[in-house]
Amino acid sequence: MTLVSRTRNRFRWREPSALPGFGLSFGILITALSLVVLLPLAALVLKAASTGPAEIFALATAPRTLAALRLSFGAALLAALVNVIFGMVIAWVLVRYDFPGRGFIDAAVDLPFALPTAVAGIALAALYAPNGWIGAALAPLGITIGYTPAGVLMALIFIGLPFVVRTVQPVLAEMETELEEAAALLGASRWRTAWAVILPPVLPAALTGFVLAFARGVGEYGSVIFIAGNVPMVSEIAPLLIVIRLEQFDYAGAAVVGVLMLALSFAMILALNILQSVLRRRLGHV
Amino acid sequence: MSDATIAHAASAASTLSRPRGQRTARGLARLALVAVALGFLGLFLALPLAVIFMEAFARGWSAYLASLSDPDSLAAIRLTLLVAAIAVPINIVVGLAGAVAIAKHEFRGKSLLVSLVDLPFSVSPVIAGLVYVLLFGAQGYFGPWLKAQGVEIIFALPGIVLATLFVTFPYIARELVPHMQSLGNADEEAALTLGASPWRTFLVVTLPNIKWSLLYGVLLCNARAMGEFGAVAVVSGKIRGLTTTMPLQVEILYNEYMSVAAFAVASLLALLALMTLALKTFLEWRYADEIAATRRH
Repeated sequence: MTLVSRTRNRFRWREPSALPGFGLSFGILITALSLVVLLPLAALVLKAASTGPAEIFALATAPRTLAALRLSFGAALLAALVNVIFGMVIAWVLVRYDFPGRGFIDAAVDLPFALPTAVAGIALAALYAPNGWIGAALAPLGITIGYTPAGVLMALIFIGLPFVVRTVQPVLAEMETELEEAAALLGASRWRTAWAVILPPVLPAALTGFVLAFARGVGEYGSVIFIAGNVPMVSEIAPLLIVIRLEQFDYAGAAVVGVLMLALSFAMILALNILQSVLRRRLGHV
Repeated sequence: MSDATIAHAASAASTLSRPRGQRTARGLARLALVAVALGFLGLFLALPLAVIFMEAFARGWSAYLASLSDPDSLAAIRLTLLVAAIAVPINIVVGLAGAVAIAKHEFRGKSLLVSLVDLPFSVSPVIAGLVYVLLFGAQGYFGPWLKAQGVEIIFALPGIVLATLFVTFPYIARELVPHMQSLGNADEEAALTLGASPWRTFLVVTLPNIKWSLLYGVLLCNARAMGEFGAVAVVSGKIRGLTTTMPLQVEILYNEYMSVAAFAVASLLALLALMTLALKTFLEWRYADEIAATRRH
């Protein structure tokens, strides 16, 4: 008896709780998660895997697939980088400076989260198309943004804008101004203070924002397709390639591109998370 | 001493210790940073928002109203409301159950479960649609069987609802879990000790405690459900007046060069986004302690 209860204790899966309802709530969550998310994703992997290695390799290394993946991942990385730089400036301005309309602007930063992507897409297209508000102004200078890879970049900057601001803002708000004061009194210039005192604690948060913006940008579809021009090999993003394959009833082709996208983005998110934990340890933060 | 006073004292201390030239340099740097931030936000937020309403009203009120009263656009509005009316309540039940399981109980593999719940955030919406086509499409795993039964999922309402459920899956649990964890189990334990039934404890103790963070999650979930494009585009088939939601109607009209009509439907979605932002900001301001997003700030 005692032996049995001891082994049962050792392999306890769940801590005993005074609260009831674990079975029901856990059951609902697991059922819904399996039916809506996990089984469908498993079907995607199964479909791609059942295609056969030679065909998978041919589909994965097709020039059009590679070009689409390069554009989606390259533009998402570049857009996330732009958002890190401007996101830190915006977060700093919102936390440290007081100016009329600050609360309003703070709330407006979340607009890309709330605005449906198709709406953002046609708005950006109306701005950056060669006959659009900004497009027409840039045309005499020989700059075209709409219907080129630069258009993809603009859409991904829009969609990723709130992430870095929202991850950096709380860190800046909680930062002790005494440290900056001390640095200033010890004779550090404002630039040196910014570089050596303010930046290190902000960096891990900015990296979190970078990862979120990047992950969102890689898979983004609605805001991009209206402004990208969608020229195969030039301005065709990977999610659009999936849609095109599906419209041709090429399920295997669509599934292979989908699995490649998921595998690549999970690998990059994992690598960035490792980089972040190294960064946090090096900078002495938990 | 408040933070503001400390900041003030600090800036006073540092300006006092500096010669005049550096003080104006700091003023200039501050001006430049504010200008960069506002310029960037103006370019990426204000201009796109302005262009939606300018284009929608390009030919005046009557053209605007006429394009909204088009039967296909009205059908799209009805379908969007219907999809949200199905998907959001399902998400409320699942989100509440998930939050209770994750926040109120301890079990192994919890962090794995939390990352699985968050998984839809890092999956492309197009893939969210693709997985259902692979399952239920004409050449999908269950496609032929469903066809024999006369059940339509892809290119019909069930597929649109499923794709919407996939992309909105994490929204409510994500808001509730941190709030429930910060509340702890003491209130529920007291109610149970006093003889309340489990259901009564949930309805009278747990639910009122989390109502504002639940509303916050529902708000964000609803905005995404009504605005989803990529996932729905893949499964809908875009049959006019039947399987076209508002975002899809925007695409169809835009591709047919019906600019005023496209931007008119888009302006309704933009208004929904602005209302969501206003209500969200109000909740963050009024119930700051109860909303996880403000504590993450």
